[in-house]
Amino acid sequence: MLFVFGRILAGIPIIIALTVLVFMATQALPGDAAVSYLANTATPERLAAIREQLNLDDPLWVQYFSWASDALRLDFGMTLTGETSVSAILGERIQNTLILMASSGIIAIPLSIVIGTYAAVRRGKIFDNVSSLVTLVLAALPEFVVAIFVVFLLATNVFQIFPAISFVEPGTLAWADPMSLVLPSLTLILAVTPYVSRIMRGSMIEVMESEYIQMARLKGLSERTVIMRHALPNAIAPTIQVIALQLAWLAGGVVVVEAVFAYPGIGTVMIDSVKARDLPIVQAITLMIAALYVILNILADIGTILSTPRLRTKYARKNDTSDVFAAMDGDQ
Amino acid sequence: MSVVKLSNVDIAITRGGIKIVEKISFEIASGQILGLVGESGSGKTTVSMSLLGHTRKGAVIESGSITIDGHEIVDASDNELRSLRGGTIAYVPQDPGTALNPGLRISKQILESLEKHQPDVDHEVHMARVREILTEVALPSDEDFLKRYPHQLSGGQQQRVAIAIAFACRPKVIVCDEPTTGLDVTTQSKVLATIRALCREHGVAALYVSHDLAVVSELADNVAVMYAGRIVESGNRDEIFFNSIHPYTRRLIRALPDIAGKNQILGISGYAPMPWDRPTGCAFAPRCADAQSICSQSVPEITRISGTHNVNCHRHKDSTKIVATARVERDVVSSSTQALLGIDGLNGFYGSRQVLFDTNIHIQPGECVALVGESGSGKTTLSRCIGGLHDDYEGQISYFGNALGKHALERKKEERRDIQYIFQSPYASINPRRPIGATISRQLELFYGMKGSAAEARIKELLDLVSLPHAIVTSFPDQLSGGERQRVAIARALAAEPKLLVCDEITSALDVSVQASVIETLKNLQESTSVALLFVTHNLALTRSIANRVAVMRKGTIVEYGGLDEVFNSPKAEYTNRLLQHTPTLK
Repeated sequence: MLFVFGRILAGIPIIIALTVLVFMATQALPGDAAVSYLANTATPERLAAIREQLNLDDPLWVQYFSWASDALRLDFGMTLTGETSVSAILGERIQNTLILMASSGIIAIPLSIVIGTYAAVRRGKIFDNVSSLVTLVLAALPEFVVAIFVVFLLATNVFQIFPAISFVEPGTLAWADPMSLVLPSLTLILAVTPYVSRIMRGSMIEVMESEYIQMARLKGLSERTVIMRHALPNAIAPTIQVIALQLAWLAGGVVVVEAVFAYPGIGTVMIDSVKARDLPIVQAITLMIAALYVILNILADIGTILSTPRLRTKYARKNDTSDVFAAMDGDQ
Repeated sequence: MSVVKLSNVDIAITRGGIKIVEKISFEIASGQILGLVGESGSGKTTVSMSLLGHTRKGAVIESGSITIDGHEIVDASDNELRSLRGGTIAYVPQDPGTALNPGLRISKQILESLEKHQPDVDHEVHMARVREILTEVALPSDEDFLKRYPHQLSGGQQQRVAIAIAFACRPKVIVCDEPTTGLDVTTQSKVLATIRALCREHGVAALYVSHDLAVVSELADNVAVMYAGRIVESGNRDEIFFNSIHPYTRRLIRALPDIAGKNQILGISGYAPMPWDRPTGCAFAPRCADAQSICSQSVPEITRISGTHNVNCHRHKDSTKIVATARVERDVVSSSTQALLGIDGLNGFYGSRQVLFDTNIHIQPGECVALVGESGSGKTTLSRCIGGLHDDYEGQISYFGNALGKHALERKKEERRDIQYIFQSPYASINPRRPIGATISRQLELFYGMKGSAAEARIKELLDLVSLPHAIVTSFPDQLSGGERQRVAIARALAAEPKLLVCDEITSALDVSVQASVIETLKNLQESTSVALLFVTHNLALTRSIANRVAVMRKGTIVEYGGLDEVFNSPKAEYTNRLLQHTPTLK
């Protein structure tokens, strides 16, 4: 299990590098953050107060270190309105977003694996052709179009089953009203499933053509065993990386979808704070989404290693017995 | 009583109805091994898979009957097939490296056959059988070994696992598709012994498919020879190997490298046709020295020579006996002249791993030195060092006494011209987007500034040297067979008028009959142009047909180096002796 720690340790410098990038892309850009926030309401006193809050008068590296050291302790300071801390605003919002991502992922990933596998097994048959067409169309549509279509179909014009706006009582979490979760999740599921299922289909087709599948059939195993035991585990491993990238994409894609449904997650806050030029919030959200990418990729690496015996055995025992095998090679 | 019986089986491509194999009939009795011999494209694998009711995608068993232990395979339902496969009839694949599932432990891969075919038996009983069969194929059966994945085994061990899987359910019939192709000779002979012993002890009928006549002669009771989709001759082992009648069988036996060293190998010109361009009449007629007009008009009928011996040839009464040509002894070129190439104290590395240890070889002008070794012995690394393709080494390679640069780019143009390299795979070493003429003329222009009609005339000379038709200059590589491509690669090398040709396993991708004719070509070349050869091969028997001197490599060290007869008749190294013993031969 040593490699798990190795991968996690390798993530640390990446997170630190991320803080540099986020800082450079926000606070360190030319232009005064205080001026752009206050715009025409600026008075010398208020400018001075904001500059004081963001340390804008210090040298850049001092600004960075004071920001980054707080950020790594998840303290993003006060918002520029000065009324609440960033953490207080984001706390609930992040939980709502994670709930949305989880509920979409839990459905989308198994669904894509099933669709991809079934399409590969029925290659060239009706299911494969229809699913290929549908997934291609869905992949081509921007998610806000999908969101609007979903609202049209299930919330307003055709059926009125689910609320078009996800109203969540402030102070409660999104589970409290599962109905409000349905349409945003559905939109994200429709956005993620096409990619993952197409990759899964390709991976599965490759495996089904392999000699060990032919060998399994020549052992007289049922087609079900051939697919479930011999093909699927070998086909999933290459798909894990794509799943991780798609989940990470959800974290960004969620911004648009939340905006359409007015879902109280980080997406809506992000849009509001960008509009208001509220720098600390923007920094906090950007860093969190970026960190999520890193974490998901580390998890994907670990998942790939665990699901591939060749890699797993390589990492499991560093002092591998391969030299012993080399000596035994040729059965001499 | 025959456990396997095929009669008049035709297998065709569904679209277009082109027949891959036609009128295949044979029987195998319990405990008997039938060797099915043929070159690439002959349909031998198609026939072997049909015994399990399997055809490749797009092909179908059109007519005929296949019975396995009394069950009809043609028209059997999927369920019937599944209950036979793995239970009554089992399969040993060609390459266990790709045929074993990389994601399952080997115990599971053996166990699942048992679970499928004997579902009522307890798990412990099955596990006992798994251990028993592993012991029978001479593998360990402890817990640690059972838990291994295929990639944790050597090639020989993987093949033994594949054999264990096949024999686990005590089948009545076993189909082996060239199961020793990827293995070294010493491993091969042990795997063959295992297969033989299992078949004898348990009365299993086996179909053993191979392109290698020598292997078949050591293993089989009966032999069927296939050519272009048909069985052209069949009989018991002695009838085929010592009294063959069909011109193809006779030539094929003569094409076999002879480790005893009495006979010169003899190639068959041309190559076997693919299913879609087989000629009318006897498919072998275009390559046959005995062909008459009738041969290209009608397909010969089966003629019974004895109770077991059958042949399909119009000229079975008077086809020419191919008399073995005695091998001409080749003198060892005296070492007193200055060596063309000297390798002194060479240590080769891949990063931190040393793969060559203190290697010394000297090649005299005009001689052929064979470098023999099993896979992983370092022979290719050494030849790549000579060719300037691998520069991670210490020690010296000198050319007529002058040290050569390690990398080809550090060498003078003349040095690069004089040492030419021919690669193992003719499929990967020729630019697929250039016509053959352009591939060869590139060398002429680069080294001699030759262009236009002078170059054209020279290309024709070169093509003559390697026995290719002039018309080939406008062809692209994908229009040529493997043997033709390798000749193009040789012609390209010769265009530089080299002093030394480094031939890295250049015949290992070719059929036996084509290999023999490439060897003939090289030999003639060497006599007419006095080019020196470094002939790298894993096939010890082959060196006898071409080399003056032989160097035997093992694990990066040259264990034996001497004149041809010295090495073959009185080998010093125990390893050479072992190679000589394990190389399959016609006996």
